[in-house]
Amino acid sequence: MTAKLSLRGVRKRFGAHDVCKGIDLDIAEGEMVCLIGASGSGKSTLLRCMNLLEPIDDGTIWLDGQDISEPGLDPQPVRQKIGIVFQSYNLFPHMTAAENVMLAPRRVRGLSRDDLRPKVTQLFTRFGLGDRMAHYPDQLSGGQQQRVAIIRALAMEPQIMLFDEITSALDPELVGEVLDVLRDLRGQGMTMVLATHEMGFARELADKVCFLDAGRILEEGPPDALFGAPREARTKAFLSRVL
Amino acid sequence: MAETSSPTRTDARTADAPTRREAYEAGVRRRANRIALISTVSVVLAIVLLVPLAPGWEAVQRAFFNGRVFAATFVGLLDAFLLNVMIFAWSAPLIALTGLVIALCRDARAPALFPLRLFGIVYTDIFRGLPVVLVIYIIGFGIPGLGLPRPWNSPYIWGTLALVLVYSAYVAEVIRSGIDSIHQSQRSAAASLGLSDRDTMRFVVLPQAIRNVVPANMNLFIALQKDVALLSFIGPVEIFRQAGVYKSLYANFTPYVGAALIFLALTIPATRYADYLMNKQNRARS
Ligand SMILES: Nc1ncnc2c1ncn2[C@@H]1O[C@H](COP(=O)(O)OP(=O)(O)O)[C@@H](O)[C@H]1O
Ligand SMILES: [Mg+2]
Repeated sequence: MTAKLSLRGVRKRFGAHDVCKGIDLDIAEGEMVCLIGASGSGKSTLLRCMNLLEPIDDGTIWLDGQDISEPGLDPQPVRQKIGIVFQSYNLFPHMTAAENVMLAPRRVRGLSRDDLRPKVTQLFTRFGLGDRMAHYPDQLSGGQQQRVAIIRALAMEPQIMLFDEITSALDPELVGEVLDVLRDLRGQGMTMVLATHEMGFARELADKVCFLDAGRILEEGPPDALFGAPREARTKAFLSRVL
Repeated sequence: MAETSSPTRTDARTADAPTRREAYEAGVRRRANRIALISTVSVVLAIVLLVPLAPGWEAVQRAFFNGRVFAATFVGLLDAFLLNVMIFAWSAPLIALTGLVIALCRDARAPALFPLRLFGIVYTDIFRGLPVVLVIYIIGFGIPGLGLPRPWNSPYIWGTLALVLVYSAYVAEVIRSGIDSIHQSQRSAAASLGLSDRDTMRFVVLPQAIRNVVPANMNLFIALQKDVALLSFIGPVEIFRQAGVYKSLYANFTPYVGAALIFLALTIPATRYADYLMNKQNRARS
């Protein structure tokens, strides 16, 4: 089985600071992979490298067997195929929820608002926001904003979705509604990579969990193995802190 | 041990009676207001009573606050002020547009656009570094001096150009600071959706940046309204020049006071409004 997305020896440096020190990772079509690890271990950076928001310094990233990490390659087609949702939502505050969602499909895929409306309405309805389309981000709760951000990424019809601690900025009672969206996507067979602190969620749904430590994948495996019987001392220490 | 005093319970306090703290703060506020009032009244009284005692007051009053001259010239001044308003009205949009273009030039990142960037830097450096009146003189006298045919020798055209050059440099800097103030995460979000740099600027960054700098730009346009009067040096008979004409006619300075009042009637409300917007924005940010 060839992987949908493959990372080989990916290195990323900020100045003198080595943030990713040679990451190897395979993500198969339809798989859900969770990245766990302490704050500062490089989860966000790794995700940003995957959809070319950060250029990598060394190594290779393959998408469907194509090298997308070649310097000078146009990142835009890649970013259309790999969507990302951020911890802090990053909605455009001057646009309504619906306009947030429609901007990229209109400009990048050349669709009109009328083309988009049925599909966008359907997405909003599916994620329980059918009556919030005309609201501005500051009129929505954190959980609602994060769901709009997910819809915004989905509207580009990506093949892979990256989620960077998307529930970390939410009040505890709002986490559930966002995790439900992820469950829904999982059910639809979306290929997903999540940086997350929701260990229960990772254990329940992930195909594979990777423990990042200081820019390396120190340990990876099926959730039951990694959570139930971690091999590395540092994994054990981390899990005992967060569980 | 003798019981000297014991805290008494005050359960009987009714719900809408002020709390101890509210009562105390109301007292402090009343006191502050009283002091402010007394000090203001004494300063005003001192001015009203003492200034007329000055030896030259009679002369000053006759020269600057002459009711008859004021009444005779005020309508004419208002008429002339219409010209200021018109010059302002066609300059302001040109300035806003030019300022935006220059700001975008300065923000150009592609290497091929480096000349534009350089142009933007040189432009803003030069025109922010010169007194407005000097630019008006150089352009307003210099260019028509080339012997251009009518209407191209009109001081309106070249005076307007001078205002546009200087003020667009300031507006460009303000817009650029607005662009810088938009958090990188907004650009990241746009890029992650596959939007081009151009579309990111046009649909995501600029609309937010411009909204953020509305109050700062309002202050610039208030300054512009005042500086329109400088065009009088190269010809147009706007309110300042008209006041000068009246001054000579009546041998009296009251027309200048009239002109000042007309300016203030416009600029004070505008300044207050800009401050109000600025405060509102600061509050929203914190
Ligand atoms: N743009 C950047 N410039 C410099 N250092 C960065 C940048 N982004 C992240 N880092 C550094 O890289 C390290 C990993 O950060 P990050 O990927 O955000 O980790 P995590 O998401 O696991 O908390 C941190 O030490 C952080 O300070
Ligand atoms: Mg992070």
